[in-house]
Amino acid sequence: MTSPMDERRLLTPEEYRQAQDSPEFTELRRRFRRFAFPMTVAFFTWYLLYVLLSTYADEFMAKEVFGNVNVGILLGLGQFVTTFLITQLYVRHAGRNTDPIADEMRDRLEHHEYARKTPAGGDPEGATRA
Amino acid sequence: MPETLLAADETVGEPAVNIAIFGVFVLITLVITFRASHNNKTAADYYAAGRNISGTQNGLAIAGDYLSAASFLGIAGAIALYGYDGFLYSIGFLVAWLVALLLVAELLRNTARFTMADVLAFRMRQRPVRMAAALSTLAVCLFYLVAQMSGAGGLVTLLLGIEGEAAQALVVVLVGALMIIYVLVGGMRGTTYVQIIKASLLIAGALVMTLWVLTEVGFNLSTLLGDAAGNAGEGVDVLAPGAQYGATSTSQLDFVSLGLALVLGTAGLPHVLMRFYTVPTAKDARRSVVWAIWLIGIFYLFSLIIGYGAGALVGPNEIANAPGAVNSAAPLLAFELGGTVLLGIIAGVAFATILAVVAGLTITASASFAHDVYASVIKKGDVPPNGEVRVARITAVVIGAIAIGLGILALQAGLNIAFLVALAFAVAASANLPTILYTLFWKRFTTQGALWSIYGGLIACVGLILFSPVVSGAPDALFPDVDFSWFPLKNPGIVSIPLSFFLGWLGTVLSKETPDSDKYAELEVRSLTGIGAEKAVPH
Repeated sequence: MTSPMDERRLLTPEEYRQAQDSPEFTELRRRFRRFAFPMTVAFFTWYLLYVLLSTYADEFMAKEVFGNVNVGILLGLGQFVTTFLITQLYVRHAGRNTDPIADEMRDRLEHHEYARKTPAGGDPEGATRA
Repeated sequence: MPETLLAADETVGEPAVNIAIFGVFVLITLVITFRASHNNKTAADYYAAGRNISGTQNGLAIAGDYLSAASFLGIAGAIALYGYDGFLYSIGFLVAWLVALLLVAELLRNTARFTMADVLAFRMRQRPVRMAAALSTLAVCLFYLVAQMSGAGGLVTLLLGIEGEAAQALVVVLVGALMIIYVLVGGMRGTTYVQIIKASLLIAGALVMTLWVLTEVGFNLSTLLGDAAGNAGEGVDVLAPGAQYGATSTSQLDFVSLGLALVLGTAGLPHVLMRFYTVPTAKDARRSVVWAIWLIGIFYLFSLIIGYGAGALVGPNEIANAPGAVNSAAPLLAFELGGTVLLGIIAGVAFATILAVVAGLTITASASFAHDVYASVIKKGDVPPNGEVRVARITAVVIGAIAIGLGILALQAGLNIAFLVALAFAVAASANLPTILYTLFWKRFTTQGALWSIYGGLIACVGLILFSPVVSGAPDALFPDVDFSWFPLKNPGIVSIPLSFFLGWLGTVLSKETPDSDKYAELEVRSLTGIGAEKAVPH
């Protein structure tokens, strides 16, 4: 059994480069960013819109929808709903789309499989550290 | 109005009951802290609870760390007095967690060991970046600590029936001393248990009050809102935006600025980031943020009911005239509903809240000093085993003492607590978050970019505050008699956050150093796959 310290030293810069250049990592990064980045833009815009409406469109926000419940309170509760929703969507996305690749790559990195996968013409010995 | 005058003279409830319930909490947490101390041998034990905290436990602890007295008493009170504008606060505090969930928590857990600087310095020149990150960590922690400490002093007048500056100062010293004991003896594990117990009590207490209020209005939200609106003062519409911030175009812009700092600050708060290192894997970090989002979100929904409930059942006049003013809404409502016992429980929970938050802040600040400044910058990594933890313990005592001193000063200067917390968020959003995001996602980012972004954000934030109406030139300023203010806003975020992003970009494109692409490959692969991530300590 290696300690976490040893394991970190055992991976060479070449291995990380190989892993980073691999098609599976490109796919992992793409899947991670494809969800995280647009979703961040979406919730941030929606939050900003809500803050701006509350600040500069108070008459609209004060409009009653039913009873004493007005647009502002409904949109505010909507922020809670979208936050919970995005949280659960992310959990599902990660479990289905990124975790399997990440787990497989971690396993292969632990077995130093990327050390042997050198590009054509490369020296395989150069990628492994004694 | 003889009734309100009466309320101003008397402390509600029975101080002895409040003190007894608080005493029981302190006793139980101290016992648990001492039991947790047996396993505090290595740095990973002391700073990160051996990385053995489960995702669910950590979610509760995060809620315990995050739901400070400002968000419990402050938000409920703001909703009771200003209605809608108080609600806006809680939304910013909640939505902010999505930044942590989607972009920060897991990647940070996979790459860093103990502090925020671990990831910021990962592919940069170590010493300057660690120094900068440690300084901004200490700044955020100190602002936040001082806010909580002076909040504790302010609470005693209301809850324990103690009055006078000396007595308030004594309570701040007591809170500080307890906090130092938790951190010294229990380390991160003890602190975590304190936060878990506190979060459970707080959420349970809020649930009881919420259900009680809803029973009073027949579970009809519209009735509750109507009662609160009917009770509100002349010309104040607690159901519409603008009661607190709508007066002028400056105050409107101020609110947008605050909203920006709230939503971007959370994922840059060092004591929140540090909690991600206490779980075994990145998946547990994700699980803990998911738990935290649900717990915090539900708690803020409770706060909405409690706030409007206080407005409807207690009335804004009585709240505004009570000792502790806006902060007294939740305790007064508890007294109205459940009498002495419920008030005692809520008062005890409020104190527990402060203790748990300050303990988390102290351990974060001491870890940052010991791990980043002492071990990396001063000793250049050459420290004997356990030397770092020894320094961290000494630092915890020093920081505790500083926080006690500044807390008493802030209390006597009458500094607004909510403002100090907002300032901590603004510094976190300006100095920390841009650098964290650039480090994780921008390949070309360099040391110079990191330094410009951290120092630029920190200096802009604190500098603009110095020249704002908070410090001088306004009746409620720190120095009301002089006027050297030229920056009109009380919240600097709308200027300092974009500025820090811009400086990070500018510093990078202007720097001559080539980014370390090997290190970026390592950072990227480690952050997304979890290879080489710190493992839990077996016991």
